[in-house]
Formats: sequence, structure tokens, C-alpha cells
Amino acid sequence: MFFEIWIRRLLCAAAMVSTAAALCILLVLITLVLPLFAHGGLATVLAWQWLPFNGKFGILPMVVGSLWLSLGALAAATPLAVGLACFVQVLAPGRVKSLCLALVHYMTSIPTVIYGFVSIFLLVPLMRQWFERGTGFSLLTAMLALTLLILPTIVLVFHATLREADRTARATCAALGFSKPSYIRHVLLPLSRRGLLAAVILGFGRAVGDTLISLMLAGNAPMVPGSPADAIRTLTAHIALVVATDSQSTFYHSVFASGLILFLIMALINLALRRLGRSFAP
Amino acid sequence: MMSPKGFSLSVIAMALLVCAAPVLAGDLDRFTNLEGTLDIAGGTAHIPVMNEAAKRIMTFNPKVRITVAGGGSGIGVQKVGEGLVDIGNTGRALSEEEVAKFGLQSFDFAIDGVAPIVHPENPVTGLTAQQIRDVFAGRITRWSEVGGPDEAIHVYGREEASGTHEVFWGKMLKKEPIVASANIIQSNGAMKVAVSQDANAIGYMSIGHIDDTVKPLAVDGVTPSQETAVEGSYPVVRHLFMNTKGDPKPLARAFIDYILSEEGAGITSAAGYIPVR
Repeated sequence: MFFEIWIRRLLCAAAMVSTAAALCILLVLITLVLPLFAHGGLATVLAWQWLPFNGKFGILPMVVGSLWLSLGALAAATPLAVGLACFVQVLAPGRVKSLCLALVHYMTSIPTVIYGFVSIFLLVPLMRQWFERGTGFSLLTAMLALTLLILPTIVLVFHATLREADRTARATCAALGFSKPSYIRHVLLPLSRRGLLAAVILGFGRAVGDTLISLMLAGNAPMVPGSPADAIRTLTAHIALVVATDSQSTFYHSVFASGLILFLIMALINLALRRLGRSFAP
Repeated sequence: MMSPKGFSLSVIAMALLVCAAPVLAGDLDRFTNLEGTLDIAGGTAHIPVMNEAAKRIMTFNPKVRITVAGGGSGIGVQKVGEGLVDIGNTGRALSEEEVAKFGLQSFDFAIDGVAPIVHPENPVTGLTAQQIRDVFAGRITRWSEVGGPDEAIHVYGREEASGTHEVFWGKMLKKEPIVASANIIQSNGAMKVAVSQDANAIGYMSIGHIDDTVKPLAVDGVTPSQETAVEGSYPVVRHLFMNTKGDPKPLARAFIDYILSEEGAGITSAAGYIPVR
């Protein structure tokens, strides 16, 4: 009995520590951004031009860059992930299934800097040749590398739900005479909608928060892209570039604003997707 | 008591060490009785010099451990100001706010030039200063306008925190904004990789990092090199500084004196910079 009370307390403490940490980060960001509000600096930060030595500290191009990159990578990775998970769960023979899953597990452990570093030598020259304009460091390059990065995350989370749904539904549907492809399309996927949503949220979080791939591959030009071959700068890469400056300079504060905006983007997308998820039947 | 074989082996080893000592002694003598760790961080241009010095010191006296990190001039100032490292390297002079806030002392040890660089196969070998300004500002966009092939010019720059950027932007570009579509690279090394891989690239880099994979452009007829930087005919130069918070501790003082000594000057020259004595 005594033991059980302590287990209860320990679990409660763990939950509180985690939520407290997240809230603390938010509070610290807000406190650091407060000076900006005071001087009316918010208007300077929410502008379209980043020319710090001319007094322009606009980070909106970076917000656009972050959104384009993460949503683009998500759009490319989700169909791939769904296809991979369904193939592995339903269509693949035993050996192929375990091999595929092992490979995907391995991919999660590859550090992002390796993706960036290898892409500089492999992907960037290819991009330069294909597009014949631009330096090869562009939105598309970063998007391709980022798709590979978030693919294992989405696959693994989605596959977990898929496996459970499959367990309950496969025998029934086989008895009803469904072929495997129809089974996937009409039964399995609708049943796992919630799991897909959770996987997509996680994938988006990873994509929008990734620094190294966009820092090394996207070109870091602080402008709104006109085409996928243009260079962009994301909020995360912006923080990484600016955080090395003179911390007393005025444009250091734009870094805190970037951090806060990143945090808010994540929170908003999370809320939006959860609201969408509530409309799915459990 | 050791076996006779073990004993004779250790005697030989000690004899070798004693013989080796005169080679390593001299400027390294100041490290004989010191021990502890020395953390250094900051500008990427300093790293070849710091690494070589650290290696020699640690070989001479294994009780001393030196770590060298990069991060850029801004990081160097921040880390030394917060007390996270003992020596913070910068590729620029400290601003008044930085000195006032952290109470830092600067030690000037080298002169470095920043040169515009292109791919080695680019037929263009030199430009006027005005042409370089126009290229980086985006007014000239194709190599054909300056005597090269009919290709678009790919501009590469460094981030605003970089000492290399500051000196090139201030002295060569006369503080004009660089074209918005320029690709921003995070270090001298990464700039070398980027320019050496792109036939239509133009960027700028510390002269000490130049090797066969990139080609420096002559500016108004003057080819950037260590000699022209010393003479003064190549104007785009900066000083490299080591900074400490207040008076340096004994190990840091010894390190700084070593870099400023004759042996340290040799290391600085070997890295492609001009030692300040």
C-alpha cells in the first residue's frame, strides 16, 4: 500500500516536471521579448526586410521560409510514410517487413548534421545542374533532405496505430472477401486516421524545429521565395546565425522574437490539428 | 623492483625524453610548472593557430589540457564575458559596450587579410574595387559583364556576426547592403567548400584559409596575399585578437605570451597570417 502511494507520487511528479519545463520555456521567451514590446520594437520585428546595419530587423521572410519548408517537407513525407507503413504491415512478406522496419529505425538515429553534410556534396551540385539557375542551395534542396529526416518519425508513429487497427480488422475483412488493396483503402486507413494525425503533428514539429538542414542547405537569404529554386532562411537558421553576434546589439532581440514565434507556430498548428482530429470518430 | 628488461627499457625511454626536451624547450619553458585546463573559443580564423599551439603545449606538458572551439567572434566575446572560456578569440576589435559590460582585455596577435575568391576555373582573375562592390550589391549579375562566361554570378556571404564579414563589408564594400539573394555561409571553411564546388561563385574569405581549391581575385591590380597585406598595398585587412576577462590567469597568460613569442609567431605565419610582435 505504501509502495503504491509512492509510485503514484513519482508519476505525478514526472508529469508535473515535464509540463513545468515546457511552460518555463514559454515564460522565459515571453520575458525576453517584453523589452521589444516596450520600445514599440514589435513593429520593427514584424517587417519584411532584414538589414540589421540599416536598422531593419524584419523577420517575416524567415517565418514564411519556415512555413514553406516544413509544410512542403510534410506534404512530401506523409504520402511516402503512409505508403511505406501500409506496405510493411499488410503487403510485405515477413523477411522484407522486418528488414524495412529495421532500416526505418536506423534512419531515426542518423544525426541531422550527417544529412546536411552529405547533401552539400551530393544534392547541391545536382540541384545546381538541374535548375541551371541559383546556387544549388535552395528551398527545394532543404525540402528534400528534410523529407528524408522526418519520414522515419511519421512512419514509426503511424505504423504503431496501423498495427493495432490491422490486428482487429484483418481477419474480419479477409472473411468478408476484401482484397488486400481494397482492405487498405476502405477499412485500414479510415480506422487509423487518429494515428496519422498524431504522426503528422510529430513530423511537423520535427520539421519546423530543425536547424542544421536549413542552415546548411537552404541558402540563408532573408527573402520571400519566388520559386523552389530560391534560397530561403528559416527562423531556426536565423537564430543560429544571429546568436553569434554581439549580445548587446539591438538585433539580438530579434532572436527572442523568432523563438517566441516558433513556439507559437507549433502551439497553433498543434491546436488546429487536434481540433480537426476531434471530428474523427474514435 | 622491475625486471631487468623493464628497467632498461624505462631508462632508454627517459634518455630519449631528455634528448627530446631541448627541441621542445625554449618558448615552451613557461609551461613547465603549470597544469590545469585552458578553454578557448571564438573566431574560426584563429583555429589553425590555436590548434597547433595547443598541440605543442600539450605534448610538452601533458598536465595541461587545452580545448579549442569555434563559433565566431560574437560567440568568443560572449563566452569569455560569461566566464565559460578563458580566452575568447575575435577577428575584430571589441566594441565599447562589450568592454564595458564584461571588462575584457584584448591582445592583438596577427594581421589577416580578407580576399574575394572565385572558383579556380573561372577565367576572371581580377576586378576593380567598384566592380566588386557592384557584384556584391547585385548591380552586376552576370559574369559576362566583367569579362567572364555568360553565366549568372552566385554571390556567397557570411553572417553579420562574422569578423571576416565585418572587415570585408566595411573596407571593401564600404558598408553597402549585400544583395538579398546572397547565400549566407557560417564559417571560413564552409565558404571554401561552397566556392570550390560552384563554378560561378564569388565569395570572400580569410587569406589564411586560401589554398588550391579556390582562387583569390586581384583588386585594382593588387593580388591579395600575406605579402601585399603587410606592405599595405592590399587594404582589406583586420587584426586577430585574443581576449580575456580582466587579467588573464597564469595558464592563459602563458598561452598568450607563447603565441606572441618567436615560436608562436612561426605558427601564426605558417597558418597564413602576419604575426604582430
